[in-house]
Amino acid sequence: MRTKSFLRCSLLMSAAAVLALSLPARAQLTNLQQQEWLNSPAAVSHIGNLAGRAKAAAADYRRYCVGCHGELGDGNGEVAQWLDPKPRDFQLAVFKCRSTPTGTLPTDEDLFNAIARGFDRSNMPIWNTFTKQERADLVAWIKHFSPRWQKEKAGEPIQIPPEPEVTPERIKAGEEVFGKVQCWKCHGVQGMANGPSASTLTDDLGRPILPFNFTDGSRPKCGNTDRDIYKIFMTGLDGTPMPSFADNIKPDEAWDLLFYLRTLQPHNAFNMKEKQIAKQLGLKPVTPQ
Amino acid sequence: MTSPRRYFAGYLLLTFFLVGALPNANALPAFARKYGLRCSACHEAWPMLNYFGQKFKDNGYQLMNDRDAPIWQNPSYWPVTFRITPFWHRESTDKVAIDTAAGPNTSQRQITSHGFDITGLDFHTGGTLDKNLSFYVLPSSDETGAFHFETVMARVDNLLGSPWLNVKLGKFELDNLVSEKRILTLSTFGGAYDIYHFIPVGDGNLFGQIGDNQLGVELMGHSANDRTRYSASLLSSSDGNPGLLYGNGYTGFFTFSQAFDTGKLGVQRLGAYAMIGEASTTYFTSNGVPIPGSGIGNKSFNREGFVGQFYFGQHFDVEVVTQHGWDSAWFGAGYGDFPDGAAPAGNNTSGTVLPVGARAPSWNGVFFETHYVYSPQLIFTFRPEWVRMSQQASAAAPSSLGNLNTYVFGYRYMPIMTSRAGFAIFNEYSWNRQRGTAPDGTDLTGSSLMLGFDFDF
Repeated sequence: MRTKSFLRCSLLMSAAAVLALSLPARAQLTNLQQQEWLNSPAAVSHIGNLAGRAKAAAADYRRYCVGCHGELGDGNGEVAQWLDPKPRDFQLAVFKCRSTPTGTLPTDEDLFNAIARGFDRSNMPIWNTFTKQERADLVAWIKHFSPRWQKEKAGEPIQIPPEPEVTPERIKAGEEVFGKVQCWKCHGVQGMANGPSASTLTDDLGRPILPFNFTDGSRPKCGNTDRDIYKIFMTGLDGTPMPSFADNIKPDEAWDLLFYLRTLQPHNAFNMKEKQIAKQLGLKPVTPQ
Repeated sequence: MTSPRRYFAGYLLLTFFLVGALPNANALPAFARKYGLRCSACHEAWPMLNYFGQKFKDNGYQLMNDRDAPIWQNPSYWPVTFRITPFWHRESTDKVAIDTAAGPNTSQRQITSHGFDITGLDFHTGGTLDKNLSFYVLPSSDETGAFHFETVMARVDNLLGSPWLNVKLGKFELDNLVSEKRILTLSTFGGAYDIYHFIPVGDGNLFGQIGDNQLGVELMGHSANDRTRYSASLLSSSDGNPGLLYGNGYTGFFTFSQAFDTGKLGVQRLGAYAMIGEASTTYFTSNGVPIPGSGIGNKSFNREGFVGQFYFGQHFDVEVVTQHGWDSAWFGAGYGDFPDGAAPAGNNTSGTVLPVGARAPSWNGVFFETHYVYSPQLIFTFRPEWVRMSQQASAAAPSSLGNLNTYVFGYRYMPIMTSRAGFAIFNEYSWNRQRGTAPDGTDLTGSSLMLGFDFDF
């Protein structure tokens, strides 16, 4: 009996010791890995003719980014606990705003543009105060946090066909696509982010997430131009419930959908024609199918 | 070991002990608490702004991410920051007039004093009232606790949806790219930029001090990334004093600057400013005492110069400000400064004529403020500043009378750098010499040594 107790006790203590030793070891290993990556060929970025070096961004990352994204790039900086939405976890290397197919890594240019664009309705500011070189360096720095960048190549940017002319027929066709692919389930029949599934949505990490509200004047996170929104349909927002529709709708249908969604937005610089046509058509909210 | 050496060794030891004893913690005030950004995101070293901080300020204290309005904040959020500074300092002036048995001010001697001290309390409160509508109020006290309003202003941003149209009204800091209100050095001779306050010897124009907060309205605008910016202000010629104490003079203050992307070096900025104004030199009197608000006889003055902010990578930068100043001969003769009592040269009443040979004083000045940013938590700064008279108000005055040389060296170490509070250990030495202003007409020299804690919450 005493022997059994002793053995049990020893096992427990050993397990505790292994656990205790493994915790700091994991952190240290991560740091070591990161140092190795910093010196590897993967720790660079290429945006046009611009080459970014990760090491050159260390000071900028510490000054501007570490409070939210954390020393290890895990999105767990000192203020992360107060933020909603949470800062990006660079260790996962999953990014919403890409020009590449769903499930693939974004291009360097995608990250480069995201830094300068910032993210509306989040705490990520518009960092257009950096020089292009500084931004390119930061892109390389972001990439050193995840081994995915060493193992995988960025996806091939999707082809965006020329944008057709907005017509009443196209807007009506877009309305049909909106119903057919069930955008309304999350975004609501009027695009007010109040669809039947809206309150149940979570991101890949299980955190509640809201669908985009087209009617409150918000700017889409990945850019507000027609091409930006087209890309969202065809690449999806990885890490969120917004899927890619590349396999479900044709490019022409994506443009139609875009034109219809523009009619749901308040007047802005991008939807004057769509709003005018919608008024003439007397569009009504889609009927859930 | 000589006495000054002992002092020096003592405060160095104290500094290093304190620096070593403090943990490498994290923290930040009002805006940082709101947005969860570290001090270092907006400040090259608190309180000096960096480019991103300047853009945030130019946007009306907004990140422009659709979460700026207070409706998005936790209801318990209260946009207030306190700032006060306890410190030890040593002040020395080499020639101070003193009384002797022979009579008052019949001799002069060096006066050196040192001891522990405090600054006044700054009570910053500012932020957005709604999207594109913000405010800033700063009741500020002297070290005895007597308060005045240093800043009181509201601003409307992005009028007509354009970042080029932003208006603020009230009492505010002029749009100086190198801000004296965010200066890194605080000592007697290093705590202000001389050219922002320079008044020639005997001159009565206190209205041309671009370093003082002024009452007025400002229109400013900037490009989306803040590379290009301008401002135009219409100010009461009162040096920021409320209550319509002077006359009905107005002053314009104009700035323009353009920043350039220079790759690895960073973003460089070149700009210019001009202050053009007029202010009273004549006051009606009652029983010989000037009547507040009765000023007439406006005379003109101007200040203009260039500003440069040059970055040489992430660790070293230089800020340069130049100034050419000119005052009307009436100011040069001492008219203008009244309402704390009689004007030094009397009141410019009807029929008063300028002294024979009175001329409009003019001068040129420049300072270079260099920063070595070892890390976002440790910054070293050195600033030489020179002012040279180019024309004295009186032809009889020595051409160098009033010329200034100031040198300041210091560092700030910020062991706390998060989104909750700011804390800095600072240490600096400043030295100043002004030609011909000692009681005996020789040069007057002063120095200041300072070590303290600067904090805000």
